[in-house]
Amino acid sequence: MEYCPNMPYKKKIAARAALEMRSGQVINLGIGIPNLILDYLPAGLEVFVQSENGILGIGPRSAAGTEDRNQIDAGANYVDLNPGASFFDSALSFALIRGGRVNLSFLGTLEVSQNGDLANWIIPGKMAPGIGGGMELAQKAQRVIVTTSHSTREGAPKILTRCTLPLTARGCVKTIITELAVIDVTPQGLMLREIAHESSLREVQEKTDAPLLFPPGEIPRF
Amino acid sequence: MTTVAANSSGGQPMIDKTIAAKDALSQVHDGQTLMVGGFGAPGTPFTLIDLLVKQGAKRLTLIKNDANEPGMGVSRLLEAGQVQTLIASHIGMNPTAVAMMNRRELDVLLYPQGILAEKIRAGGAGLLGFLTDIGVDTILRDSREVLHLDGREAILERALRADVTLIHAAIADRAGNLIFAKSARNFCPLMATAASRVIVEAEKVVATGTLDPDRIHLPGAFVDAILVLDELTPDYGILPQHAL
Repeated sequence: MEYCPNMPYKKKIAARAALEMRSGQVINLGIGIPNLILDYLPAGLEVFVQSENGILGIGPRSAAGTEDRNQIDAGANYVDLNPGASFFDSALSFALIRGGRVNLSFLGTLEVSQNGDLANWIIPGKMAPGIGGGMELAQKAQRVIVTTSHSTREGAPKILTRCTLPLTARGCVKTIITELAVIDVTPQGLMLREIAHESSLREVQEKTDAPLLFPPGEIPRF
Repeated sequence: MTTVAANSSGGQPMIDKTIAAKDALSQVHDGQTLMVGGFGAPGTPFTLIDLLVKQGAKRLTLIKNDANEPGMGVSRLLEAGQVQTLIASHIGMNPTAVAMMNRRELDVLLYPQGILAEKIRAGGAGLLGFLTDIGVDTILRDSREVLHLDGREAILERALRADVTLIHAAIADRAGNLIFAKSARNFCPLMATAASRVIVEAEKVVATGTLDPDRIHLPGAFVDAILVLDELTPDYGILPQHAL
């Protein structure tokens, strides 16, 4: 699928996120928006997508009628395999993650802070279904990219000076991709890298509860 | 030595670990710790779990990656009130289990997924525990022992073992050598190393000696009993809620 400006926000984020992948990388896709990224894999790009339950090399979700009952991703969806795929047990699967062999981890989030702190696994007293593989991915993947709506459903900012929810990992996020902007976490602070066609610098700053840095020159649009 | 001599002179292997369904869980008792294989449906021993619901052992501590989904797999044990403590990684697919946890009808201990796998692997490998930096900067440290190693903080994670492990395999031979199917491997071989008694349900059982030794995922030495599945209930099939 190709990127187009008026697509629904989740698809727009996934399509932009797909451009961050490089051939040869080992990639993990969290549940939610990250799971849509495979639909926008640039042509000719060869990546190995890991599923924490013990697969390297998963492809898209299986078409109706072609599912294999023993072939699911970590979100329980039936998936196809790409050439070169392999199966293994859960301890080895996390050796891949904690051992640092995952090049790129795309994660959804509840909150992310200006220094790259990630909070995406628990809302005390409200939501605590478990940690899953997210904490190990956040802490040990070579690069963590957060793909998320810029604000919560209630309109509150998700990009904050400081997280208010319990952290998943400290200082782990390198890039934030939303429907409005692509933002890099740098030692100096949050650096706006790209801005959506239909957005404005003012809108991005208004909806971000942390100071933004702007690179010199015109900011590219996506 | 006699067995080896008989085999090498052409005798048939004699060891047969297959058992009848009525005997499968005769050694599971109230208050025991159980490991149950599976990540979601694949690898979950649905038939052994249903037998355990009928058998009725209570006050169990259950170790499984997840809690399956309402009405399926280990959720039936939870719903029948047989489980006192659940040790898992993520139970978000099972709102019934989440509600029981929130009502404090069920004690739930949740670990990062790979840490849970490693606690089981360590238990199976005869280790007492291990040190990890996963979670040192999070609220997990509040409920853990934090040590210092080479100037770094590390969480002490204790190994896990169980009285009984229940797992599902695609193919077994009569000596207990196992082959798992695709993503159904997940926690099964790890859990098979970490319990005093390991009970396997297998979709197919073949004569010992017919499996290629280079294709065996788990050696039979870890397996105590095999239940041959005559039929696969709908739980083992394609689950419509996860298909396109």
